[in-house]
Amino acid sequence: MSANVSVDYITHTFKGQPAPTLKDIALTIHPGEQVALIGRSGCGKSTLLHMLAGLLMPSEGCVHIRGHMVTRPSAKWNMMFQKPSLYPWMTVRRNAELGLLFAGHRDPARIDSLLELVGLADKAEANVQSLSGGQQQRVALARSLATSPELLLLDEPFSALDAFTRAALQDEVSRIARQAGLTLVIVTHDIDEAVAMADRVLIMAANPGRIAGEMAVELPAPRERASAEYSRAREQLMTTFDGLVGDGRSTAPQPAVATEEAQREAA
Amino acid sequence: MTVAEGTLPLAPEHRRAEAPARTRRAPAQPAAAQAGAQPVSATPPAGAAVVARSAGSWHTRTFRWPAVRAFLLSTVAYPAVGIAVLLALWWLGGWAIANNDDVATFAGFAPAPAFAALGELVASGDVWGTIYPSLYRIGMGLLWAFVIGVPVGVAIGLSSALREVTHVPFQFLRMISPLAWMPIAVLAFATWDGAIVFLITVAAVWPVLFSTAQGVRRIDPLWFKVARNLGADGWQMLRRVIMPAIGQDIFAGLRLAVGVAWIVLVPAEYLGVTSGLGYAINDARDTLEYDTLAAIVVVIGIIGFLLDGLCVSLIKRFSWRQAD
Ligand SMILES: Nc1ncnc2c1ncn2[C@@H]1O[C@H](COP(=O)(O)OP(=O)(O)OP(=O)(O)O)[C@@H](O)[C@H]1O
Ligand SMILES: [Mg+2]
Repeated sequence: MSANVSVDYITHTFKGQPAPTLKDIALTIHPGEQVALIGRSGCGKSTLLHMLAGLLMPSEGCVHIRGHMVTRPSAKWNMMFQKPSLYPWMTVRRNAELGLLFAGHRDPARIDSLLELVGLADKAEANVQSLSGGQQQRVALARSLATSPELLLLDEPFSALDAFTRAALQDEVSRIARQAGLTLVIVTHDIDEAVAMADRVLIMAANPGRIAGEMAVELPAPRERASAEYSRAREQLMTTFDGLVGDGRSTAPQPAVATEEAQREAA
Repeated sequence: MTVAEGTLPLAPEHRRAEAPARTRRAPAQPAAAQAGAQPVSATPPAGAAVVARSAGSWHTRTFRWPAVRAFLLSTVAYPAVGIAVLLALWWLGGWAIANNDDVATFAGFAPAPAFAALGELVASGDVWGTIYPSLYRIGMGLLWAFVIGVPVGVAIGLSSALREVTHVPFQFLRMISPLAWMPIAVLAFATWDGAIVFLITVAAVWPVLFSTAQGVRRIDPLWFKVARNLGADGWQMLRRVIMPAIGQDIFAGLRLAVGVAWIVLVPAEYLGVTSGLGYAINDARDTLEYDTLAAIVVVIGIIGFLLDGLCVSLIKRFSWRQAD
């Protein structure tokens, strides 16, 4: 079963901040959907993702996952970070099975197949510090998948990797999520990543952080990065993004909400 | 969820052979240290095997002269030089005392009589009866320091409020010389042993406590977040994340604690007790057996050195930083 996420008018003001970081965020994510969240640095993407994960409670509004209000973290909705943050005193296998260990039911066969899946079967007993950045991030992916989450939240998970590894992992995560019927929310700075992975791209604007608009990406999976459709989608997303949150040079006030149709007309 | 067959294309890091760097470093390290650092690379990737072969077999690499020389220097030659210098200074001091009529009665302090007395102490077995009570008191004092210092250290490492509340009282108490507690200890404890253990605890608890607290504060906040996200409860967080993360800090604190405890032990044993190394020193002084006194000092030094070595190996054992 996959997750149906609904965010009901979240507003959040950090302690000691004069203005809200997030304001009136409302959105719905369908089961099995892959959603990318893009926006300029500091617009509140990570903050919103933490709220979906239950790692941070909004000052107003709430998040529901499959009808249950999110009040605390759970292995059912799992977050992956930019840094793999593996525990260096544990082997690769131990890191991957940690969520199961916490839940009290270890499952070595499952860990074996997950390590196989992320291409690290031969490193199961290795010290995680001896792995490359890409390998470490794949261990983190196996760790996230081990508890069979319904919802995977990814906060710029591949931004520290080289372009080849990044592309490979994007396709792989996307494929795994589709196969397992996982709902995916990925925060990224990278337009390419959004087009490569998402069914729908949410564009966030800053001050206060809000959803300025969205764009559907209707490309079949797996996505061929060299195809003309891919380039078109990429260009369209760039245009939409610039139209919504500016190209960084203009200081004119931005429209609060714009639909995809409005953007097409403007373009 | 169904787990599909992995078809991940070979990422570049698969192909990047890690072996060349390791091979180049190999001659500078003894083979044992290398095997310890890389317990998992029993079956190196294909690329590594080629490099290893071209660099020669394990045997020819291990016995290369620079590696052997570095090993011998660091484990034999340098310590030997240090010990020799110390003995020479001691001998010089003994010679100066023996040749000065005013203090010639103290000639027993010289190395030769001291080692003779040490031999006698060991041969008669008396030395063990002297060491044992001291080790017991040290052990109990350190145990209490550990039992109090680690939980309190973890608590003040986790809670900034607690840290601020305890800051002034702890710094105040820490600055009081352990020996200044002596009269209170004598009043408060029924036995001399109890009083001495208390004094050692009072001295040893601070390094353990502060080192633990600092270790907790240095834990990567993301480690907490990831564990919470994976569903860890408070106890699991403590057991699987906090304690393993700070193991080396705790034992680094214990190492400092052994140092101060060992310093406090001897004067504390000048108190009413009739056993232990401090008592033996006092006794030897009263009976003018300066060679025995010097021998006891040597024993104290050797045990302190061994305890320190034990702490260092514990720190290594609980250290997860690969550079260590
Ligand atoms: N704990 C906090 N206390 C106060 N302000 C915070 C805190 N965390 C984030 N902020 C502020 O909230 C805003 C949004 O931060 P957030 O990390 O969500 O941005 P982001 O969109 O993820 O940026 P980036 O793309 O650089 O990761 C920033 O201005 C940041 O300074
Ligand atoms: Mg962020």
